[in-house]
Amino acid sequence: MGKVILEVNELTTKYITRFNEDVYAVDHVSLKVEEGKSLGIAGESGCGKSTLALSLMGYYFAPLHYTSGEIIIDGQNITGMHPDTVRKSILGNEIAYIPQAAMNALNPTQKIINFIEDVVQAHDPKVSKKEIYELARERFEVLGLPKEVLQRYPVELSGGMKQRTVIATSVILEPKILIADEPSSALDVTSQKMVIKMLRYMMEKGYVKAMIFITHELPLLYNVTDDIMVMYAGQIVEKGASKQTVFDPIHPYAKGLMGSIIVPESGLKDTKLTAIPGTPPNLKNPPEGCRFAERCKYVQPECKRFPVDMKYVEGDRSYRCIFTEEYLRKAYQND
Amino acid sequence: MKHTLQQVFRSSKFVTGFCIFAAILMVVIFYPLFVPNPPLEIIAQGSFFPPGTYVSTYDTVFSSKAYTLNLTDAATKRIAAKLGDQERNDIKEYLMLVGVPEDQIDSTNTILLLDLWEKNYDPTKKISGMIFSKVRYFERLNKSLDGLLSEEGLILASPNIDTGTLEQVGIINLSDYVNIKEVASVRTLPLGTDNFGRDVLTQLVKATSVSLMIGLIAGLIATFIGLVLGLLSGYVGGMLDDIIMFITNLFTVIPSFVLLILISYSVGQEHRGAVMVAAVIGFTSWVWTTRAVRSQVISLRNRDHVNLSKLSGHSIGYIITHDILPYIASYVVMALILQISSAILAEASLSILGLGPKTSEVPTLGLMMNWAMIYQAQILGKWWAYFPVLLVIAMITFSMNLMNTGLDQVFNPALRD
Amino acid sequence: MTEKKSCLKGVGLTKVFGLGRNKNMAVDHVDFDFAEGEIVSIVGESGSGKTTLAKMLLGLINTTEGDIYFQGKKRDIRSHKAKKEYWTNIQAIFQDPFSSYNIFNKIDTLFLDCINMRGGKKLPYEKKVEMMTEACSFVNLKFAELTNKYPFELSGGQMQRLMIARIFLLQPKILLADEPTSMIDACSRATILDMLMKLRNDTGMTIIFITHDIGLAYFVSDKVFIMERGKFVESGTADEVILRPKEAYTKRLLNDVPKIHEEWDLSTVDIKVN
Repeated sequence: MGKVILEVNELTTKYITRFNEDVYAVDHVSLKVEEGKSLGIAGESGCGKSTLALSLMGYYFAPLHYTSGEIIIDGQNITGMHPDTVRKSILGNEIAYIPQAAMNALNPTQKIINFIEDVVQAHDPKVSKKEIYELARERFEVLGLPKEVLQRYPVELSGGMKQRTVIATSVILEPKILIADEPSSALDVTSQKMVIKMLRYMMEKGYVKAMIFITHELPLLYNVTDDIMVMYAGQIVEKGASKQTVFDPIHPYAKGLMGSIIVPESGLKDTKLTAIPGTPPNLKNPPEGCRFAERCKYVQPECKRFPVDMKYVEGDRSYRCIFTEEYLRKAYQND
Repeated sequence: MKHTLQQVFRSSKFVTGFCIFAAILMVVIFYPLFVPNPPLEIIAQGSFFPPGTYVSTYDTVFSSKAYTLNLTDAATKRIAAKLGDQERNDIKEYLMLVGVPEDQIDSTNTILLLDLWEKNYDPTKKISGMIFSKVRYFERLNKSLDGLLSEEGLILASPNIDTGTLEQVGIINLSDYVNIKEVASVRTLPLGTDNFGRDVLTQLVKATSVSLMIGLIAGLIATFIGLVLGLLSGYVGGMLDDIIMFITNLFTVIPSFVLLILISYSVGQEHRGAVMVAAVIGFTSWVWTTRAVRSQVISLRNRDHVNLSKLSGHSIGYIITHDILPYIASYVVMALILQISSAILAEASLSILGLGPKTSEVPTLGLMMNWAMIYQAQILGKWWAYFPVLLVIAMITFSMNLMNTGLDQVFNPALRD
Repeated sequence: MTEKKSCLKGVGLTKVFGLGRNKNMAVDHVDFDFAEGEIVSIVGESGSGKTTLAKMLLGLINTTEGDIYFQGKKRDIRSHKAKKEYWTNIQAIFQDPFSSYNIFNKIDTLFLDCINMRGGKKLPYEKKVEMMTEACSFVNLKFAELTNKYPFELSGGQMQRLMIARIFLLQPKILLADEPTSMIDACSRATILDMLMKLRNDTGMTIIFITHDIGLAYFVSDKVFIMERGKFVESGTADEVILRPKEAYTKRLLNDVPKIHEEWDLSTVDIKVN
């Protein structure tokens, strides 16, 4: 077992709306990422994936608020820290975050190198511009980006190139963990592949020690990450190795999600896609019992009575359902 | 809709602007109910009476009842009001001119000073080198100093027609007072009078309402033209767009204020009523509304709901009124507010140049400024003739711009703080 | 299988944007022939001209060159009346359900428009409600719950299903679906696809899918057209094109899509280039 880079215990964060209502978008989430591993987070839109990514940074701004739980990066608990300390010494140094449309965050009036200078000097103002240029040039070369890019303006670069530039910049200070929230979903397939290849490269070279990858595209997630975590209504409902989670899901929601994968492979035409009826619950007042009960095919009256806890099963997997693994498998077979 | 209104009224900027504007509007509506005097009635003989309460001297004297009050500071106040530092210095100057040695004159000792004055002042005496106005000034000063230190009352007399002699009808003692409420004629002029002797406040209230009306008419005209042209050129596009944009560009290149002056001038003095000026302003300031509406419409034109509406077989008119207009309605309201405030400013600028509405019928804020400027209120220091007008113009435009910013923040989430 | 009747045919279809040096051939002499009751997919990356082609087929923009034949006859959409007539035969579902609705109109308005368009303007209100209820139940929604509601009160999946209900009411001969599932979740996607296929099976409608997702194209369609820079580079039945691609572009496209049963070969992209 490798060294644990990121450990999250029972993290709960909430949004406070303009009408002063609490929305618990991340509800008692625990996870661990080891050195050299990558964790994928899957789920429908609105299930809390992106909020979890934001919460993991430990830097909260309205309307997102921290409620309870802890985030430990390489043995250092960052939840009790002052926001300024988090911003100055944790973000970028320990943890890097790539938001969904990162490439649009580039300032159009600034050259790429100026952007990188800003990033580095925000953390250490003593570094000279020459040093930064050398560092950036070397890093870009290793990651397959031509050094000419540094002297360009964002408008002169293609979408894929911009995205790769932002990602390369985000790891320039060699953070321990990288959180990528849909880094490639706005790109076409070829650029997407390049982004993925670069992320792999970064892990191999040790520029980041671990990665959390968030996307709703399951085939992509399957190919990129070692483990997959399925989220539903702010909670984790299933966690396990990628292969097992995709081909042999336990939780009914994960089962439904995996059943909707479409890839251009022979045999696809004969499969029946599964559809999950209904919509996710409103997180302003989530149901008392199992949150998936309303949409679940196999629901029983007792599902709705008490909150359901995670259950461990063989092979380092866990799921959140009151039924046993055997019961669920039998039910799936009978369909 | 209800939700949007709620949001609008939750914006502090909008609410502040709205309150100021509503207060101005309330004054404009309710003031004439309490003070029904015509705004351009000339009440004063003479110009620029300072703000204050004016009591009829005649009514005061013949007030039904006189009260005796023994106030110790009455005499001091009376002397102070007549004999300020300036007057004391003038007296000293005169005394020195007629040959009184300087060390004998103590300008702080009122009794001694007046004593010297009485002994030495001679209206018939010609002092070489003294200008005529100064001579008359000393005559007036002498008159007002008369009886300043007297302990006696003032005798009122009226001529007897039969005998042709004066007969005493009453005496006013130094300790006689009247209650201001019992005086028949009292007029408070909080902002004094202007150069023609008209009540500035009443005039200002009327002028505000006329200017607001001019702003509203001009704003509506400009917004209507801008909206129609913008919608047509944005949605229909093609040749029509080219033509409309050509005209719009022409109007953009020619400064609209120059155009405004030329049109105002050529319309002629006799036709230039308030509504006419409003129309002229409206017809010259639609340009940027057109441009703004056009760009909004172009971005909406390719939205899927417009395509879907086309596919449902709707006509151009239906699509413009049902699928485009509601989306830009909030934007147009904001444009209207800005148009109104800029029209009020445009009217003020025009009037200052003497191209405002025809005078002597209604006042406008601009006309009031114009009059104040022509009669040199600012040079003479008659602040009440122009400063309140400036303040009202500033308050109106400020409140409207504030409302506009507030609305912008509600409808454009990128600007929210 | 007997030879199917041609439903929509394009000959030398071209669209040019801009003039002179800025000339941009968005669609470049494209030929096709879609048969009745077929599901065809037009697959291309962003900028390939697939949306421009879709708009030309719908008659929302003019063609620069080339002719479109509808059911064997040359299409005429010069007058508003002719356009209206053409649009009873061809309808569309767009990519973004959130921008497909006029947010100021209730859902009833949208449906009543459709009934009016099919000449049901004079029907009694009860009959109209009955038709709307039927259309909603086709997409597993209850009209009683939707009446007097505004679109923003619904989820994206529900909105897109209502768009299908709209098509069900209109009963056109051709449905053009422009990326109908790219903005909604994987789980709701299956529902939408099921409904579109049911629509084809029930009414014999021709469905033209415009998509960038080659897997989706393979899953739903009988025929697939691969589009690159305004041209069809490869076309044929879904199995032919997807499982046995001939053109390099198609091969690259297929190779770059992540799969789950086959190895995803990352070595085909060289991140040193570009």
